[in-house]
Amino acid sequence: MSTAAPLTAPLMALSIGDWFNLFLYYLSLSLLAVGGAIATAPDMHRFLVERQAWLTDPQFNASIAIAQAAPGPNVLFIALLGWNVGINAGGPGVAGWLLGALGMAVCMLGVMLPSSLLTWTATRWGHRNRERRGVRAFKQGMAPVVIGLLVATSWVLARAHGEWTTDWPLWLLTATATVLVWRTKLHLLWMLGAGALLGALGLV
Amino acid sequence: MAPATASPPSPETPARPQPRNPTDLFWSFTWLALQGFGGVLAVVQRELVEKKRWMTNEEFVEDWAVAQIMPGPNVVNLSIMIGDRYFGLRGAFAALAGMLTFPLMLVLALAVVYAQFSAQPAVAGALRGMGAVAAGLIAGVGIKLFVSIRNHPLGRPLCLAITALTIIAMAWLRWPLFWILPVIGGAACLLTWRKLAP
Repeated sequence: MSTAAPLTAPLMALSIGDWFNLFLYYLSLSLLAVGGAIATAPDMHRFLVERQAWLTDPQFNASIAIAQAAPGPNVLFIALLGWNVGINAGGPGVAGWLLGALGMAVCMLGVMLPSSLLTWTATRWGHRNRERRGVRAFKQGMAPVVIGLLVATSWVLARAHGEWTTDWPLWLLTATATVLVWRTKLHLLWMLGAGALLGALGLV
Repeated sequence: MAPATASPPSPETPARPQPRNPTDLFWSFTWLALQGFGGVLAVVQRELVEKKRWMTNEEFVEDWAVAQIMPGPNVVNLSIMIGDRYFGLRGAFAALAGMLTFPLMLVLALAVVYAQFSAQPAVAGALRGMGAVAAGLIAGVGIKLFVSIRNHPLGRPLCLAITALTIIAMAWLRWPLFWILPVIGGAACLLTWRKLAP
């Protein structure tokens, strides 16, 4: 979060083959992304930053941080990674923006195509066979596990707050939001807005 | 935003509301995606289950379970599943496009201006505060969903044990999801399968 992304990274040339390579990489990653796209972020770092040097470290971190902070699905960090690859290849100006859009499309299509096709096919099959004992057992049996994963995700996010003793206002804010979501119908945007305001004023 | 005193009853009405057409689906998913700071899941539950009543909490958990297990981005999978159920392939595309189009433009705009403002302490503070709230939103939805699965074949105590085990494995033992799903999930499915015996 601390590193800003200067979009004046060194120019580099990407051949058609490189773009194809990028697409293939994301295609192959798609079916491995069990448990959400963010779980594969370390591998993307290995490929994009370390091996190909198509992105700088600050660009990589800023892409994830921005996508997390912005509304919408977190998977959009992949779009930002592609965008930055294109910007690096095209430089500032129109060329960079065009290649940025290309990079975005290549990465997002690559990471979504195989998994989406699989999900779509599997869902149709599951819906046709929804009365089968095995399908019902699978869907109902997974319910408590998925709920546990949800609470664990919240815990992992909250753990970034830091120590109880010093950062208790952040923990208190999380606990308050938990209770409000659970017990009231208060609009989620009010809660997020309140959190942003408290944070901007330096209260949490 | 009207505060209620208790969690709402799960909608069990037979004549359930539905999206009118793919356009309705597109804008509904756009609206919920744009509210989803730090993850869209909490908003999907709030909008689709509690506000629009397209699905019950139980159905939501079942869909979410499948979306989670299939490879690929979970929210993308969920959009495809829900969209396809109502309007087939067109619905899947409409929901997915709604989930991605406007958030994508927004995130790009943010990336372009980010460099200028990232050094401001107020901006960093606001992000921190929103992150803390987002963590709470997810936990609150988790509790609410757990309360909602009261008719589970395994019964409340066993469900609680499985949920607790998952939390420990994920948050404390740091097992990879690759192991949690087959081991704990597999056991849970097997137990449920036995309970569902005809």
